[in-house]
Amino acid sequence: MSILVSPDTKILIQGITGEFGARHTKLSLDYGTKVVAGVTPGKGGQFFEHGSHKVPIFNSVSDAARATGATVSAIFVPPPFAADAILECVDADLNLAVAITEGIPIRDMVRVKRAMTGRQTRLVGPNCPGIVTPGKGPQSSGGCRIGIAPGYIHKSGHVGVVSRSGTLTYEAVYQLTVKNIGQTTCVGIGGDPVNGTSHLDVIKMFNDDPETHGIIMIGEIGGNAEVEAARWVKANCKKPVAGFIAGATAPVGRRMGHAGAIVGGTEDTAAAKIAVFKECGIEVAVTPSDMADALLRAAKARSVTLS
Amino acid sequence: MNIHEYQAKALFEKYGVPVPKGAPAKTPEDFITALAQLPDGPTMVKSQIHAGGRGKGTFTNGFKGGVKFCKTKHEAREFAEKMLGNTLVTLQTGPAGRKVQTVYFTVASEIKKEYYLAILLDRTTSRPVIVASTEGGVEIEKVAHDTPEKIHKVFVDPAVGLADFQVRELIFKLGFTGAEAKNAGKLIRNLYQCYWETDAAMVEVNPLITTPAGEVLALDAKVSFDDNALFRHPEIVSLRDLNEEDPKEIEASKHALNYIALDGNIACLVNGAGLAMSTMDIIKHFGGTPANFLDVGGGASREQVVAAFKIILGDANVKGILVNIFGGIMDCNVIAQGIVDAVKEVGLKLPLVVRLEGNNVIAGKDTLANSGLKLVSGDSMADAAQKIVKLVAA
Repeated sequence: MSILVSPDTKILIQGITGEFGARHTKLSLDYGTKVVAGVTPGKGGQFFEHGSHKVPIFNSVSDAARATGATVSAIFVPPPFAADAILECVDADLNLAVAITEGIPIRDMVRVKRAMTGRQTRLVGPNCPGIVTPGKGPQSSGGCRIGIAPGYIHKSGHVGVVSRSGTLTYEAVYQLTVKNIGQTTCVGIGGDPVNGTSHLDVIKMFNDDPETHGIIMIGEIGGNAEVEAARWVKANCKKPVAGFIAGATAPVGRRMGHAGAIVGGTEDTAAAKIAVFKECGIEVAVTPSDMADALLRAAKARSVTLS
Repeated sequence: MNIHEYQAKALFEKYGVPVPKGAPAKTPEDFITALAQLPDGPTMVKSQIHAGGRGKGTFTNGFKGGVKFCKTKHEAREFAEKMLGNTLVTLQTGPAGRKVQTVYFTVASEIKKEYYLAILLDRTTSRPVIVASTEGGVEIEKVAHDTPEKIHKVFVDPAVGLADFQVRELIFKLGFTGAEAKNAGKLIRNLYQCYWETDAAMVEVNPLITTPAGEVLALDAKVSFDDNALFRHPEIVSLRDLNEEDPKEIEASKHALNYIALDGNIACLVNGAGLAMSTMDIIKHFGGTPANFLDVGGGASREQVVAAFKIILGDANVKGILVNIFGGIMDCNVIAQGIVDAVKEVGLKLPLVVRLEGNNVIAGKDTLANSGLKLVSGDSMADAAQKIVKLVAA
């Protein structure tokens, strides 16, 4: 089992003919992901070809979903048009839209999020590396790779990873894999202040997933999403959880790369979040090199087997 | 992106948010023409820098106060001469201070009562929130901490916009009546429109004031914008003041590098914002101090690495460099070659520790080892951080 997506999930790519979208579509196809459709308005009827793969391109998400049975979209559309691309997924009643795009105006996301209320579609991102459910093949191939993460560093297994940062997620996944600890699903929720899926949403899913035995939660300065998740973990989560918060040395009031990574007050500093993690029984990784080890400590304390 | 108070007030006026009459001046010659636009009588002179705490700041020439009340326009001109071209140090500028390149003269309004008003994004609800308080002219964080009941919040549904009843509720909570209530309501509605239409990240009025004549005015104005939305607001981009930004940060932005200068001595060059932040953290953890945040993005091309090294080396405090790259998709060997070329091109003399991980990493490490450069390889982030801290301390 896994969360959000499985190796059988059929996905479509919005922006499949753009340079960025095309590059990562090829990598996903190589990984064995079921990319069944592409969407580029005006290029409907053409094909995206890669090796033996011939992926049909459609003018709209609803056309693509109807014709191919795709239930999930990966969005590689440039920022000015990305909000519209998400709304198109909502209108087509997809299960999931994963917005990779970085740089979407906040006002657009505020409107999108409001428009998604009560609708079937879940949004992950934007400004995120995407989702990987590793497969059972060599270097985890045969899995579902949506987005831009390096597939080969994963390994199929029992740890769930949720993070606001791309490369920091890869760091955690890599640490797990070299220790021969596999993952159920790795979810990058993105570095923007307004996003579709929170740490808490993902942690609830991991908690409900019988295959997930332990969880790594990676956060950063700004906002209170990690605190909200940590308090829920304390009250409800029976699985070992390790956590890391980036940005202990970040100066107040400066945006550290991610639009959402900014210390606004005393509650959203790294120190404040780490204190809440500890209070909630989350094993804190003292450095980013310690993320996998922290989870091992948490698992040992609860006599849980991760591999 | 931030703008100056005088620019923010011009924007407010455009949206029908009343402000005291004012005029900016960028040269001593401008003082006369600027002051001529104002009526005789009490006048304020306000140093225009992006940092806060101006009123309590001190100039490096000894002059106290970046914001001054003047009984006459003549006095205003004298004070302005002491401010313009001089460096103002406030709690927010750091010890280096900021050079005042513009002064702003305004009518000194008679204050009946001070309030606080701001509009920003509430991250928890993903909606705009209007924050208002009867306690104006002081630090709002302190009000929120000491007397949270005096902070009023209105969450705006982006599908319908700010509703009239919400404005009414807010002005009654703030205790406005009669003509003041009408004026305050209009101001709040117009300020919200300004926030929404310009893609502002935050608009803050502290203080908002009432005058004995029943006017409601924005006495101060602080506005920042969502950088992601600047592409659709060329008129706002034109307000950018490069004098307020670190030259190294401006140079970095030209190469699609995300750089923020800090005050330590170990520079870092990292791909990805989260990894870049945690690289700074791990340097600190092992007893060093980071000199910067630098995210070269997912790609880390040779050109970017060269530009990044040049920017890093422009900081005289830097005593060593830590490169931390997780090459997920990128070939580590390509990145390694970029680092070798960059080091040769800039003639690096400082200690350099490189930690490479990911795709084709063995070839990448070989390239570094065979480059003939005096660089040290780190196996993990922790190992690399410990090595650079030790080298810099030596």
